[in-house]
Amino acid sequence: MRVLFKTDYNQDIKFAKHSGYVFWYGLLLAGVFLAPMALDTYWINELTRVLIYALAGLGLMVVTGFTGQVSLGHAAFMAIGAYTHAFLLTQGVPFFVSLPIAALTSGVVGLLIAIPASRMTGLYLTIASLAFAIVVEDVVIHWEGVTGGNRGMAVDPPMLFGYEIFEAWEYYYIVLVLLIMSIILVLNVLRSPLGRSMLAVRDSEISAESLGIRVARTKVLAFLISAALTGLAGGLFAHFIQFLSPETFGILLSIQLLLMIVVGGLGTVHGAIYGAVLIGFLEATISIMKDWLPPAIGNQPGLEPGLFGVILVLFIIFEPEGVYGRWLKFRTFLENFPFYRRNTFKRQRSYLKTERMR
Amino acid sequence: MSFFEIENLSLSFGGVKAVDGVNFAMEKGEVFTIVGPNGAGKSTIFNMISSFYAPDEGHIRFKGEDITEARADAIARIGIARTFQNIELFEHSTLLQNLLIGREIHNRVPVLRQLIFDPGVRRAELEHRRKVEDVIDFLELAHYRDERIANLPYGVRKKIELGRALCVEPELLLLDEPASGLNPEETEDMGFWIDDIKNDLGISVLMIEHDMSLVNEVSDRVLALNNGCVIAEGSAQEVQNHPDVVAAYLGGAA
Ligand SMILES: Nc1ncnc2c1ncn2[C@@H]1O[C@H](COP(=O)(O)OP(=O)(O)O)[C@@H](O)[C@H]1O
Ligand SMILES: [Mg+2]
Repeated sequence: MRVLFKTDYNQDIKFAKHSGYVFWYGLLLAGVFLAPMALDTYWINELTRVLIYALAGLGLMVVTGFTGQVSLGHAAFMAIGAYTHAFLLTQGVPFFVSLPIAALTSGVVGLLIAIPASRMTGLYLTIASLAFAIVVEDVVIHWEGVTGGNRGMAVDPPMLFGYEIFEAWEYYYIVLVLLIMSIILVLNVLRSPLGRSMLAVRDSEISAESLGIRVARTKVLAFLISAALTGLAGGLFAHFIQFLSPETFGILLSIQLLLMIVVGGLGTVHGAIYGAVLIGFLEATISIMKDWLPPAIGNQPGLEPGLFGVILVLFIIFEPEGVYGRWLKFRTFLENFPFYRRNTFKRQRSYLKTERMR
Repeated sequence: MSFFEIENLSLSFGGVKAVDGVNFAMEKGEVFTIVGPNGAGKSTIFNMISSFYAPDEGHIRFKGEDITEARADAIARIGIARTFQNIELFEHSTLLQNLLIGREIHNRVPVLRQLIFDPGVRRAELEHRRKVEDVIDFLELAHYRDERIANLPYGVRKKIELGRALCVEPELLLLDEPASGLNPEETEDMGFWIDDIKNDLGISVLMIEHDMSLVNEVSDRVLALNNGCVIAEGSAQEVQNHPDVVAAYLGGAA
């Protein structure tokens, strides 16, 4: 069992709370940086896909996990990021200029829809986000001059300072570095007043307001950051799939992103990463399983969304804290063995919420 | 001009007049208590002060300024913090995070700098942390500092909610039934803290409370409410012995 002696308030602000952090995360970092040397192109690509999902999921986590606004339309922000980036590239804008502009464009769109949406709560907001995604898909289909409409749009490999990024491992590193930077940004949010306001708004809007937190402003900022990160993931995804078409960013992708953060564990950065790893793994498994299953089942068009839906529901019912929550419980069990109390994580429900307002 | 004034305040919910022409005034440094049977309209008055509800009629004045129309998120900045009858903590966060959220109105760092977390942000955070630790010491909460609220017992939550309001560093503190659900020992502690809040921290307290031992111990003045109307005002003893108050409680129990 680890007993932490705190000697300095900085300890609670630092990312690495104790030497164990430095060791394990250092190992992880070394692992992801060395991975391409040990893997072939196929697996490097699979890993890159996981990193891009993790980035998109991280974005969704800010709005849904931290602020408690369930969005079923986040694929639309990936679409905005992807198409903006791809279009700017065709106009001769360099990769590292176009990518931030794409992220920012997505962020600003997120901000604009959040201004009315922040007045909605719960199911209404979710439906509005779904409607927004459908509108974006429609715009992509009809704005042929920019998006290529239903014919789609090819995306060239990125050009960096006159050098073409062609190899899978080169692109892997670009994605990895941008993901790490985004994680640091989100961790900074979490240890700042803004992040605390988000969690406050999620758990109790009225007490947040009574403490002076501007609820609507907090939600709008969450949407801005969220949409920018997911838009950045979209821009990176564009090169990864090399060809954009409207159905790439449909409802299925939105559900997949939501599934990721729920399965991974809502409300934590870990959750977004774990979720991406699991979904990446699941997708690979499904595509392998398809060859094994009888064609009547394997070729069912609704197989993937159906499976995702079932998993989502199972997690919401049985493990609402996700895989990361499960891991924390397991770790506590190990650290306290043999003194683990069965009800350590049982939530107390000993008081009434009946007189809560709103 | 009084420190805090309620003037002719009224609010109906549908056909029910929850608050009906209430007037009272309290002075700086006082502990002013509102008593009355369940459903008398006490919490509704607090919710109008917090601007969660807009009154149908009447005014709320704080240090001479009319705050009736202020936004709900402006009340804390004006200098008024509160607790809730049924505890509204941020359940998935730790005690420490809850108290740090109480520092919101003292945060001056722009969002962009928070994203970068430059050394100035760190300094500001450490400053908030020191203030929060003062409150943790004051309420003897150190033992629970890193616990998530969801894992803590009711009595401790009640204390944390009081602590969070103190982190706002208000001039006026609204306490909605601070002793409800507490055992006699915890209630006694609550009495000491309210005294300390008044005497040592210099914060005025407007309180709703049922526990008469606590009301007697800490209140400078007491107001009794029934069916949305004021039925008595005076010292704790005077109000308790007022025939209308006795009748209201007997009627309320029937
Ligand atoms: N949001 C609301 N909607 C409808 N009726 C309400 C609402 N809040 C309070 N009331 C009613 O107003 C009256 C006063 O309630 P309240 O102020 O909570 O009483 P208490 O004195 O017990 O705190 C009660 O009859 C209650 O049912
Ligand atoms: Mg009440």
